[in-house]
Parts: sequence; C-alpha cells; structure tokens
Amino acid sequence: MTATLTRPAPPSGKRKKPALAQSRRREAIALVLPSLIPILVLSVAPLVVGIFLAFTDARLVRHPDYGFAGVDNFTKLVGNDLFWDSLRIGMIWTVGVTVLQLAAAMGLALLLNSGLRLQGLTRVLALVPWAMPPVVVAIMWQMIYSANGGPLNAFLGSVGLPSDINWLGDFSVALPAVIVVGVWVGMPQTTVTLLAGLQQIPAELQEAAAVDGAGAWRRFTAVTWPSLRPIVTSITSLNFIWNFNSFSLVYVLTAGGPGGKTMVPVLFIYLEAFKNREIGYAAAMGLVLVVVVVLILAVYLRSQFRDDRAVKGR
Amino acid sequence: MRSLVRPAQYVALALYILFLGFPLLWLISASVKSSGELNSLTVSLLPTEWHWDNYTEALEKQGLVRSAANSLIVALASTALSVVIAVPASYVLARLKGKVRAAGVGWILVSQVFPVVLIILPLYLILRTLGLADNLAGLTLVHTTYMLPFALWMLQGYVAAIPVELEEAGAVDGASRLTVLRTIVFPLLAPGVAATAMFSFVSSWNEFFFALVLLQSPENYTLPITLNMFVGGEGKVALGPLAAGAVLAAIPSIVFFSILRRKLTSGLMAGAVKG
Repeated sequence: MTATLTRPAPPSGKRKKPALAQSRRREAIALVLPSLIPILVLSVAPLVVGIFLAFTDARLVRHPDYGFAGVDNFTKLVGNDLFWDSLRIGMIWTVGVTVLQLAAAMGLALLLNSGLRLQGLTRVLALVPWAMPPVVVAIMWQMIYSANGGPLNAFLGSVGLPSDINWLGDFSVALPAVIVVGVWVGMPQTTVTLLAGLQQIPAELQEAAAVDGAGAWRRFTAVTWPSLRPIVTSITSLNFIWNFNSFSLVYVLTAGGPGGKTMVPVLFIYLEAFKNREIGYAAAMGLVLVVVVVLILAVYLRSQFRDDRAVKGR
Repeated sequence: MRSLVRPAQYVALALYILFLGFPLLWLISASVKSSGELNSLTVSLLPTEWHWDNYTEALEKQGLVRSAANSLIVALASTALSVVIAVPASYVLARLKGKVRAAGVGWILVSQVFPVVLIILPLYLILRTLGLADNLAGLTLVHTTYMLPFALWMLQGYVAAIPVELEEAGAVDGASRLTVLRTIVFPLLAPGVAATAMFSFVSSWNEFFFALVLLQSPENYTLPITLNMFVGGEGKVALGPLAAGAVLAAIPSIVFFSILRRKLTSGLMAGAVKG
C-alpha cells in the first residue's frame, strides 16, 4: 500500500498540459461531490452552527427567537458545579475505560499470538461485544448486575462474599460497574488492532532476544512494546475520543444515576439541551468538551512523539 | 518453571473467554426462562424448562416488529447510499497526492474528535427546517453522512492496493477514464465494498443516539429505541421477552461481524496501521 502511494507519478507530462490537468480536476470534483454535499450539509454546517449557538441564548422552542449572548454562557458555566462534577466523572470514566481496555486487550492479544488452542473460539467471542447494539449490551449487563437473582451476586454469595450489592444503584460502585461494561465493549477492537500489530513484528527479533537470554518480560519491554508503540498510540487516542463521546451505554444502563454518580458530560449536555431546552447553553458545554479533548490529546501525542524522537536519537 | 507457563496461559485465556462470553450466554438463558424462574432467587445458567414463548411474546409485542422493519429500511438505505457515494470519492482520495489528500484524511480523523453532542443540536434544527426530523428518510441521511468517514477510510485502503499500472494499461488501450474506473477499478473493489457495506449496515442497525434525538413518534422508532422503551417502562415485568427481543436484535450484527472477521483483522487495520 505504501509502495503504490510513494511511487513517482507516471510521466504523463501533466505540467505541460494544463488543459488535461483541468479536466482531471473536474473529474475528481465530480467523483467527490456526492460525498461532499451530505458532509457539508449534515456534518460541517452543524458543527459551525453549533459553535455559533454556544454564543447565543437559544432555547429549543417551536419558533426560536434568540440573540447574541457573547460569552455569557461560558461565564455562567464557570459557576455550574454540576457540569464540572460531570466533567470529572467523565474523565474517570474515559481514562478508566481506556487504560483498562488497553491492558486487557494487550493481555488477550499476547495470548492469541502465542499459539494456544481455542483460538478460533476466542477470536469469535472477542468480536461479539464489538458487534452488539449498545442498547442490547446495556440490557444484558443490567441482568448480570441485577441485585436480586443476578448471576454476579449469586457467584459472590457462593464464594462467601457479600451478595447483596446493588451494582448499578449504589453510589460508590455504580461508576466502576459501568466502567467494566465499557471495557467489555471496547476491548475487542483494541485486541484486534494490537494483534494485527503483533503479527507484524518479525519473529527473528523475538528469537534473537531469546537467544541473548532475555526472559519473557524483558522480550516484551525490549522488543514487543517498542514495535507496538505507534499502534498503541493511535488506538489509545481513538479509544480516548470514543469513550469520552460515548453516550448510549451509560444512558441505557443508569441514565446518569444513582444521584448523578455516572453522569458523563455527554449525557449531561443531552439533558440540558433536550430536557431543559437550553440549547445555547448546551452548545457552550459541548464546545468546552471539544477544547478539553483536543488539549488532552495534544499533550498525549506530543509526549509520545517526544519519546519516539528520544528513542531514535539514542 | 517453564512448564507452568502454558497452563497459566490457558487459565488466563479461560478467564477472558468467561468475561467475554458469559454475559451473552446469560442473556440467551434469560430469554428462554419463564418469568417465575427469572424472578425466583435461585440462580442457574440453564433454565429448568425451556420457555420459548418469550420469543413469540416479544414478536407480538407492540411495535417490536415494526421498529425492526424501520431499522432494516434505514440500515439498507443508508448502507446503499453511503457505498454508492463513497466508492468514487475514495478513489480520488487514494489516488490524489499532496495537500488535498492530507486535507481529506485530516478531515476523516477530525470528524472522530468532535462530540456528536455538539453537532446534534444544530443537526436537529437543520433537519426540522428541512422537514426531515422525526422521519426515517432524515435518519437515513444522517446515518449515511456519519458512516462516510469510515467508509471512505476503508475503501481508499482497498483502492490504494490496486496497482496504478492496471489503470494505465486500460488508458493506453484507449479507454476513457470513467470506462477504466467502471471496468477495471470498481470490479476489483468488490471485496472492499462488501466489507464496507456490512460494517455500515451494522453501524446503522446498532445506532442509538441520533435515532433517540431525531425520532419522536413511536411508529418511526428503530429497534434500539423500542428496546430502550421496554427497559424504562415495563422492563422489570417482562424480563424474558425483553431478553428475547435483545437476542433477536443482536443476531444480524453478530452474523455480519462473523463474516467480516478476517476483513476486520487484515484490511481495515492494515489501513490504520500503515496509513
């Protein structure tokens, strides 16, 4: 793939024949236009309008009548403790799920790459959470977590642990319980990606390290991890964004409860917009989220690239 | 020491299988248990008697079949639409060089960053102005648009794998550019199109957020929305039929994903990894 992209352009003498170049450009535009129009109307325009709405006092009513409000929404937001609470919960959820996802997926990918039996079964099973509709996932885990007659409590009871935990209704365990579901859903895709990366590492590298007397852990830190680094960086960034933006799972599982303990920011904004009907204010919150995500990603990617350079410079 | 490694690996693998597979097994088991057994305090994975009535009850439930039909219409239409418009665009994206390509790829990545929650407000207003809110056609267009980045990304990887020489050979033979595309490039893209289409279908079939915001009348609900209504309202009462409905809703996605398994591991991720 890389080869076809970097191959020098065919010697068609493009620069000498602007007419041909122009007709090719027209062709290209014709081929792109059908995709471009829906993207402009339903993706770019809403984004621009959304940013604009953040500076208005718009409300979701039948005949909207709204004025420019400057940065009022943002100054109001500074004092909105519920929003900052929700952002804090959102960070715990996002970082928790992303990190655990990576750790769990790395373990599974290494297992799948080490020539065990039962591979086929595991690989199919590993796709199920990825394929399932989020609503079905939430319904399913509600049953697992059910306080009475749920299998999790029954299992805990059978090994002599407390068996009356209301997993999704208890203030202290609801968020961790929801995070576990998030890991369950997101682990497969990360596993598949890491496995693809593992399979690209030349076996000779591992063998050479083994011949040099490196143990399993040393081989992982010296060979596997450095080779996987770029993949880990990209899948972690994507997971971070997806988890931060995820809505359906938490909405159906807990609807933000109990007592707002699982109120991730996306859910908070949704309620502000469609229950309180304050869409200007909600858009301002959405904008704050974008800024937060972009900042965190920028810091993360910067540190990754700096490490890369340090490694290469050695 | 060395002999302990393999058994330990198998124990770890078994725990993964349990973690990944058990919830699904439990859902299936709940879907064939009678309500008496579901509400009793004795907990077992295997039902004491197989109670298939949950499935008939789920299918007779108000709205479930209709919303499944709605989901099917939206998923098929948006899949067809997104493939038809993404194939030509992905060709341009893959064959272009320099800034335009960078801008296209950049947009695909950026579109992943923006929280849908910021976009959904104006999107709702725009669709309401066009008379497409609370409307399956409107939802189809939205699903199409939001599948496009992924479809473009996947397809451009397949285009890039087709050697340019093939096209040049066609051009030398005097075929016009569009003929070359139609007779040489597009047929070679068939496997990529199939994979993209299945993936798009599943995305649309599973999609919840847009449907939740855009659809208000129960007769327009898609399957995820209807299932969610059951959870809120009468969920506790009819756990068995709910589980049965959930199993039925998950089947198409799981079937397509099983077919896609290899593609997901090779094609898609090769694109992501090698860029």
